[in-house]
Amino acid sequence: MSPNILEYSYLIPAVPFVSAIFLLLFGKRLKPIVAGVIGTVAMGSTFIMWIISFCALQNIEGEEVRRMTSQGYTWMQIGNFSVDFRFMVDPLSIVMVGFITLVATLIHVYSIGYMKGDPRFSRFFAYLNLFAASMLILVLGENLLVTFLGWEGVGLCSYLLISFWFEKKSAATAGKKAFVANRVGDVGFLLAMFLIIATPSLGSLSYTHIQDRVSAVPTISATAIVLLLFVGAMGKSAQFPLHIWLPDAMEGPTPVSALIHAATMVTAGVFLLVRISPLIGTASPEASSIIAIVGLITALYAAICALAQNDIKRVLAYSTISQLGFTFLAIGVGAYSGAIFHVVTHAFFKALLFLGSGSVIHAMHPVAHEKHFDEQDMRNMGGLKKHLPITHATFLVGWLAIAGIFPFAGFWSKDEILGATFLRGGILGYGLWVLGMFAALLTAFYMTRQVQMVFYSKPRFGETENLPHESPKTMTIPLIILSAFGALIGLINVPLKSREELTKFIDPAIHGSKHAEIATFVKINGLSLAGISLALAIIGILIGIKVYRSRPVDSDDEPLKALGPVVPLSLNAFYVNTGVANLVAGIGTKFANTLAFFVDNKVIDGASSNMAKGIEDSGRILRKIQSGFVRRYVLYMSGGTLLILLLALWGNAQ
Amino acid sequence: MILAVSSSPADMAFPVLSAMILIPLVGALIIAGLPKSQSWVASAFGLVTTSIVLGLSLWQLFAFDKNFDGYQFIENHTWVKDLGISYSLGIDGISLFLVVLSAILFPISILVSQSVKHNQRSFVAWLLVLQSAVLLVFVARDLFLFFIGFELVLIPMYFLIAGFGHGDTKKVAMKFFLFTMGGSIFFLASMLALAGLHARETGTWSFAIDTLMNYASSEISNTASLWLFAGFVIAFAVKVPLFPLHTWLPDAHTEAPTAGSIILAGVLLKLGTYGFVRIAIAFFPYAAHRLIWVLLALSVIGILYGSIVAAMQPDLKRLIAYSSIAHLGFVMLGVAALTQQGITGAVFTMASHGLTTGVLFAVVGMLYERRHTRDIAAYSGLMKTVPVLSGVFLIAVFASIGLPGFSGFIGEFLTMLGAFSTHRWYVVPAATGVIFAALYLLWAYQRMFTGEPNEEDEKMKDITPRELMCVVPMLLLSFYLGVAPQFMIERINPSSNKLSEHISKYSGQKTIDTVDSKSNEVDKSHVEKGGH
Repeated sequence: MSPNILEYSYLIPAVPFVSAIFLLLFGKRLKPIVAGVIGTVAMGSTFIMWIISFCALQNIEGEEVRRMTSQGYTWMQIGNFSVDFRFMVDPLSIVMVGFITLVATLIHVYSIGYMKGDPRFSRFFAYLNLFAASMLILVLGENLLVTFLGWEGVGLCSYLLISFWFEKKSAATAGKKAFVANRVGDVGFLLAMFLIIATPSLGSLSYTHIQDRVSAVPTISATAIVLLLFVGAMGKSAQFPLHIWLPDAMEGPTPVSALIHAATMVTAGVFLLVRISPLIGTASPEASSIIAIVGLITALYAAICALAQNDIKRVLAYSTISQLGFTFLAIGVGAYSGAIFHVVTHAFFKALLFLGSGSVIHAMHPVAHEKHFDEQDMRNMGGLKKHLPITHATFLVGWLAIAGIFPFAGFWSKDEILGATFLRGGILGYGLWVLGMFAALLTAFYMTRQVQMVFYSKPRFGETENLPHESPKTMTIPLIILSAFGALIGLINVPLKSREELTKFIDPAIHGSKHAEIATFVKINGLSLAGISLALAIIGILIGIKVYRSRPVDSDDEPLKALGPVVPLSLNAFYVNTGVANLVAGIGTKFANTLAFFVDNKVIDGASSNMAKGIEDSGRILRKIQSGFVRRYVLYMSGGTLLILLLALWGNAQ
Repeated sequence: MILAVSSSPADMAFPVLSAMILIPLVGALIIAGLPKSQSWVASAFGLVTTSIVLGLSLWQLFAFDKNFDGYQFIENHTWVKDLGISYSLGIDGISLFLVVLSAILFPISILVSQSVKHNQRSFVAWLLVLQSAVLLVFVARDLFLFFIGFELVLIPMYFLIAGFGHGDTKKVAMKFFLFTMGGSIFFLASMLALAGLHARETGTWSFAIDTLMNYASSEISNTASLWLFAGFVIAFAVKVPLFPLHTWLPDAHTEAPTAGSIILAGVLLKLGTYGFVRIAIAFFPYAAHRLIWVLLALSVIGILYGSIVAAMQPDLKRLIAYSSIAHLGFVMLGVAALTQQGITGAVFTMASHGLTTGVLFAVVGMLYERRHTRDIAAYSGLMKTVPVLSGVFLIAVFASIGLPGFSGFIGEFLTMLGAFSTHRWYVVPAATGVIFAALYLLWAYQRMFTGEPNEEDEKMKDITPRELMCVVPMLLLSFYLGVAPQFMIERINPSSNKLSEHISKYSGQKTIDTVDSKSNEVDKSHVEKGGH
């Protein structure tokens, strides 16, 4: 495949975009299945384009960095500022495009089954396509502004899809909350772009340009830019404390949670930081430390929050936040390729877990409807292994992968991150490593709890005619494919001999100075460190099994009570969400109301109206010529204007 | 004194600008003479008239020489010789798109107001008069002409609000009138003072914008510069409006008929910002530099204050009115940047805001016609009952929020970028405006369009083809300008570059010998630019 074909890489986002527009305009007139197939085929074609692009990229030779920009045009150019609308295929973007298109295609297929019968079926596929297009624009962007276009596009689609069932008040609220919380991060992104343009040694938003010029950038500017972009990344990738939107985002249909809020969109922040990793290398080390600390706080915090959740999707939501925390920890300790590695493995196993939970919810729906309980509440489940054999088997793969059991995907990627953290050394490095290990232990535990509550022990939904049943093939086949990846995808970066394919592949495109060091370290100490983390994972699993096997789950989730005061904290996510809500609803609203109804109405308008009234009053003195009616003023004014015109004409004639 | 005389190929014998001003005026007169009974005749006639103007403006858009930084389509006739008043018209990159925007919004306003059943004749006639007046301001190259247009706008607008609005129209129209008249007094005084100074110094009267600009920027004392600048700032600040002179706007918007709101937000507010660009900062670079922090601070306050107050409005139209204050804050931020990017961004935002807010107001009008209320709380679940109308509104919401891919983002981006290079600490709070914009619009959307529909909303009719014809062009344009903004930017660029260079050249303290060197430089630069 000739590399020149990559000049047409704009087709990768263009195809799903066109499909989305088509489905939005004409979807209603199509049969639902036709709309679903159109959306899925559009998505599948992007995966084929990925294969072609991947091969073409391999054929670029003789360059230090394999990269190829697409055709494009000048988006804006003013003075010495210029930015192109253009895409770029390089090792980093191709890795991102790879898992995005594959996971998205599988989720499209799954959605045909999952969304069956929904009155807005075609619109769902339109939104999914639009999302995929935006996500691809995001990762393929040749510069920060194109990435920002995709960045906001995925935010829009996230909004539309979270509130897809907009009749539900909670869904509509959650969508808005997600968009607004993301906008907080966007302020950082915007300011970072301004700062980059205003920094004389940079002056351009192009990634290639930034990478080339990075050595000339003053440390202080680089630090500010990195931290501002990190704020942006915190919003999109749900880092503490901007994570508050993600658990609520579970209001959206489950395929959406899997695609957007687990596999792809939430990785945008990680991608962004890795993309500008050369700048992180120039920035002061404190910036990296901040990223690592925030990442670890998020990983640990969300892992604790996941412990006591009863909603099957909320467990996974907090788990996603926690895993994203790990990737930021990786970035903070310089393991950029490790972060991407974890993003890739996580995309597969978390999509698998979410789609599995979707299959469970789908199965629970009839009985939940019959008995009026929450179909997503794990306290009403139990014993589903028998009824959902495929879902169960595939879910187990996801469980082992996320828990970090050898040789499943999560084991490799998590191990690389923790190894790099240990390598960082110092009080911070070792501290982060210990806490990270602890978060990994918690992960193994809460996932075991979930598996136990859902699939094992006795059913808790009682006697029913509407027994849960396995989902249709359109749903189980994606599960099976994903479980294969969830098991094996870790092999793309196995640190044995010199087989770290992924790291070697993307290193030239990013700032990879530490990667060789990390690789050597992991190779030498791999066995002992991996041994410890594997042991912790197994301990977590064993505790989970022990606790949930020995005591029956009831409406109070009796077994968990052993954790004591942690339970309410976990269940309420340390009251961060409520705190923010109260702040906004309380002081925020009061302040805004004061501005709107006191300051604006009474003070400012009052003052100016009084002034106007004063003018009017003083006008009364001249009552003879001023009647106080505006109509009269208008007449005078028109007359006056006319007079001026006549005078002017007369003056001119002279 | 040298007038920039265009050598552009677009100069033609046909006085296209005069035609654009006169055609609506003549149209208004004819409509006033039409028989009263047939109200659709008036609309149709108005539509035809404004479409001709639109056609002319589009022709002129494509005939515009994008490499030339001076005025094009120049017309120049001496009017009052003794006072140096001339009927001189022309457009450059800064006014070009405001002319086109006005030409686009007027036919849409007529098309959208088919439900003004009583006295459609005078409604359309006043709209046409309004168009003439507005266009006069944008194409005037004589300050006196500018002033006439600026004042003339008030009369039709007053009658549109008073005669065709809702609620306490008399009071609101009065408020609108008093506020803007108050501003005009400052305009008149500053203009006469400046012209007087010029006449005293040079011995000849002139109101030509170029002459006065060159004189005011280089030859008046620093004190005079500051005072006159302040006078013009107040005059234009009322119109924009800048905080705290904005309270007439929500009232006027809320009570005005839909067409009035579209024109008011889309075009009339831009008379103020255009005045800032064309007169305030161009005439008085020294004062602008000295007092720029005032404008910057007021812009930032406008952005944040407008957004926060907007969020709390129970009335959708009022909410959008306050959002205009925030958007115009971005325009003023770009103006106050005094950089090429800022000025280009400001002009871009002016046009963009006209389109997106136009759609928002149009949809409010459609809802009002169906339910006779603008109360946000009165609506619920519209997305279910009127999906297309809701979709249109939602697209407009995101265009207005500044989602990349729509024109609003480009405008905000450029204005903030322009201001960032010179005044970055003002941009930081301004940038948080993007959060609030999302908050107030999406919250309103959530309350009105999501959830289960209430009984009355169940019966609501979805958007009609005529209504779609009003809003779709604006949305498509906003999308086009978001994806391909360079079409506009490259036409604004030469003029904004010339202006920003002019400002930076004259922004320092004045010394005695600037006079000669300056006129030489003007000569030289003129020759260079003419050679393009």
